[in-house]
Amino acid sequence: MKLNRRMFIGTGAAAAASLQAPAVLAAGHGKPRVVVIGGGAGGATAARYIAKDSKGEIDVTLVEPTRTYYTCFFSNLYLGGFKEMDDLGHSYGTLAAKYGINVVHDWAVDVDRDSKTVALAGGASLPYDKLILSPGIDFVDGAVEGWSVAAQNAMPHAYKGGSQTELLKAQIMNMPEGGTFAMVAPPNPYRCPPGPYERISMVAHQLKANNPTAKIIVADPKPKFSKMALFQEGWGNHYDGMVDWIGEDFGGGNVSVNPDAMTLTIDGEETKVDVCNVIPAMKAGRIAEMAGVTDGNWAPVNAADMSSKADADVYVLGDASQQGDMPKSGFSANSQAKVCANAVRGALTGSRVFPAKFSNTCWSLIDTNDGVKVGATYEATDEKIAKVDGFISQTGEDAETRKATYEESEGWYTGITTDMFT
Amino acid sequence: MRVAFVLPLALAALVVAGASFAEAIGDAEKGEKIFNQCSGCHQVGSGAKDRIGPHLNGVFGSKAGDHEGYRYSNSMQRARADGLVWTAQTLDTFIENPKTLVSKTRMSFRGIKNAQERADLLAYLRIYSDDPANIPEAEPTAIGTDHDLDPAILALKGDAEYGAYLSSECLTCHRADGSSDGIPAITQWPEEDFVIAMHAYKRKLRPHPAMQMMAGRLSDDEIAALAAYFKDLD
Ligand SMILES: Cc1cc2nc3c(=O)[nH]c(=O)nc-3n(C[C@H](O)[C@H](O)[C@H](O)COP(=O)(O)OP(=O)(O)OC[C@H]3O[C@@H](n4cnc5c(N)ncnc54)[C@H](O)[C@@H]3O)c2cc1C
Ligand code: HEC
Ligand code: HEC
Repeated sequence: MKLNRRMFIGTGAAAAASLQAPAVLAAGHGKPRVVVIGGGAGGATAARYIAKDSKGEIDVTLVEPTRTYYTCFFSNLYLGGFKEMDDLGHSYGTLAAKYGINVVHDWAVDVDRDSKTVALAGGASLPYDKLILSPGIDFVDGAVEGWSVAAQNAMPHAYKGGSQTELLKAQIMNMPEGGTFAMVAPPNPYRCPPGPYERISMVAHQLKANNPTAKIIVADPKPKFSKMALFQEGWGNHYDGMVDWIGEDFGGGNVSVNPDAMTLTIDGEETKVDVCNVIPAMKAGRIAEMAGVTDGNWAPVNAADMSSKADADVYVLGDASQQGDMPKSGFSANSQAKVCANAVRGALTGSRVFPAKFSNTCWSLIDTNDGVKVGATYEATDEKIAKVDGFISQTGEDAETRKATYEESEGWYTGITTDMFT
Repeated sequence: MRVAFVLPLALAALVVAGASFAEAIGDAEKGEKIFNQCSGCHQVGSGAKDRIGPHLNGVFGSKAGDHEGYRYSNSMQRARADGLVWTAQTLDTFIENPKTLVSKTRMSFRGIKNAQERADLLAYLRIYSDDPANIPEAEPTAIGTDHDLDPAILALKGDAEYGAYLSSECLTCHRADGSSDGIPAITQWPEEDFVIAMHAYKRKLRPHPAMQMMAGRLSDDEIAALAAYFKDLD
């Protein structure tokens, strides 16, 4: 990005805005106000598009506790040694500087939908005309017997970006020779359907290089999983004999762990493990529940604009939403955010509102230059976001196609992070 | 030697009524003359070498961009990686307008609009592919069909504001700043090239599955809107 004069002036103004945001808003003024909770794939994209396209007509505040967003997408490639942690980190500076978004680094701790305000941990209260929730996921308590969030240092989930991912990698690198890496895979629906299996591939890649006699066990409550044929073919080709996948039929769903003893019990059989990556069942990020827009674990939305079924002034994006056919992915969250941004802007400023179009593609890396992908397009029906058309990589593809697919995924990573943050 | 042997066979096939491939494709003798439009850049026949363009021996059934040592454009290399194979149909499309299949190809050639001339040219080129009798017959609809777009589609005036909205879906992969690693740049293209490329995905002439899917659900007006928007994006 070039530093031009407009941008330069913006930086100073936005830095000030970023500090005083709550006070300025509390003072109240004529501009419509949008508050976005969560600066991830859904939230950062929505904030950016609303601010960019409304050209200052809408006040946009983005609430996000962390100063650097570490993407979950490509975090498996970090485990495999294909990316550095720094490659995955993105800051909010440009959103504030270039688009005048008030970026408030704090936690949202409550939403009062009657008075239309968001309470922050720091004590401030943010009024809104439209509220967008994109808080990602939290874990269902008691989903894996013996595991709780308190045990996440002994048995990391590494299913939120950043420190958890680093911890898991450190544990993998410190495994004893010939040791055992175990994963407890999650039940549907969960964030990034191929994510656990891409992770297995990347861990296998790492171990094959540094600890070739190590073993990998996956306990899975599902009978089958995303891109299963592609992954199993890849594991056979690259990591023969290393990965033991125990599906539902073999008791993969009947699991308990003991984080103190570092044991994993599958269908009554206890195993001592060196690393245990527990990915429990998921639900919408807690703030969605506090806002009272969830039904069960997720927040139901209207497909046409991602507005909550409970409140027309609240929108829920990404993993937290229950929308129909789209998988919970960064690509999906980004796609939903743009449809939502167009609708919110239309509602607040009367700008043109176009029909919803959604799409998703998820790439996974199996080994060096061996990329695969699955994708689909979606449309809004009265009932849900419904799949229109899709494609998936084929087993037995030649090396050249797989390499091109991997290169594409790198292009996509640059594309989506640019679309979120710059 | 091989050429001498093959040629009469192919020509002979011409006179057999009905079923022959050569007849289905065209008149190789006429095609030889049409090849004059190519011969400034391409050689064919015994001893043919890569020159400005790659030699065209054995082109039927080969992957696009497959000659080792010849430096193809990035676009052609990508088409190859996507699985573009030269068949009667894809060659016909390419010769009609090279940009339909390979937007940024280095082959600067306007294309042959006349379907019969292309058919004749292909009949001629087919002689120089191994075992021409085994070259699969083109799909009946492929030969003699114009792959070029209806001028009415090219004349559509795009609604750039709608294009801006639609473009947001593209920018998850393509970049607004026109950079191109991994995924090609699509900003600041002449509208016509953009429209031709999108329709080629939509009609599955270009092989890429994600782009076929993305383009597949766009209407003619939506494609025009996108072309109008991306044309000025910088
Ligand atoms: C290992 C792994 C691999 C993946 N690979 C891919 C991939 O290849 N492609 C793909 O498309 N997707 C992938 N994903 C999925 C992708 O990361 C998520 O689907 C995506 O991030 C969802 O976006 P979101 O906006 O819903 O949530 P997030 O991106 O998680 O953003 C939520 C944000 O909200 C903030 N937040 C939460 N609660 C509050 C609160 N109370 N107040 C303020 N802020 C709050 C959090 O700090 C966070 O920054 C992967 C995920 C994992 C775990
Ligand atoms: C001005 C020079 C020029 C002319 C005229 C020209 N070509 Fe080409 N042709 C090229 C170049 C250069 C390439 C390589 C393109 C690339 O890498 O993008 C090429 C590539 C091709 C290919 C792909 C070959 C491969 O190895 O994949 C075919 C087929 C082809 N040309 C056929 C023709 C035919 C048939 C004609 C005549 C109707 C023709 N060309 C006229 C320059 C030319
Ligand atoms: C999932 C990622 C993805 C999305 C979304 C996407 N594209 Fe593409 N696009 C690609 C890839 C990868 C290629 C290269 C394909 C190939 O090799 O033929 C491509 C190629 C293209 C090309 C041809 C480029 C060239 O140099 O020949 C055009 C034009 C194009 N896309 C336009 C669009 C438009 C318009 C949209 C939005 C409606 C879009 N794309 C959405 C990934 C994507």
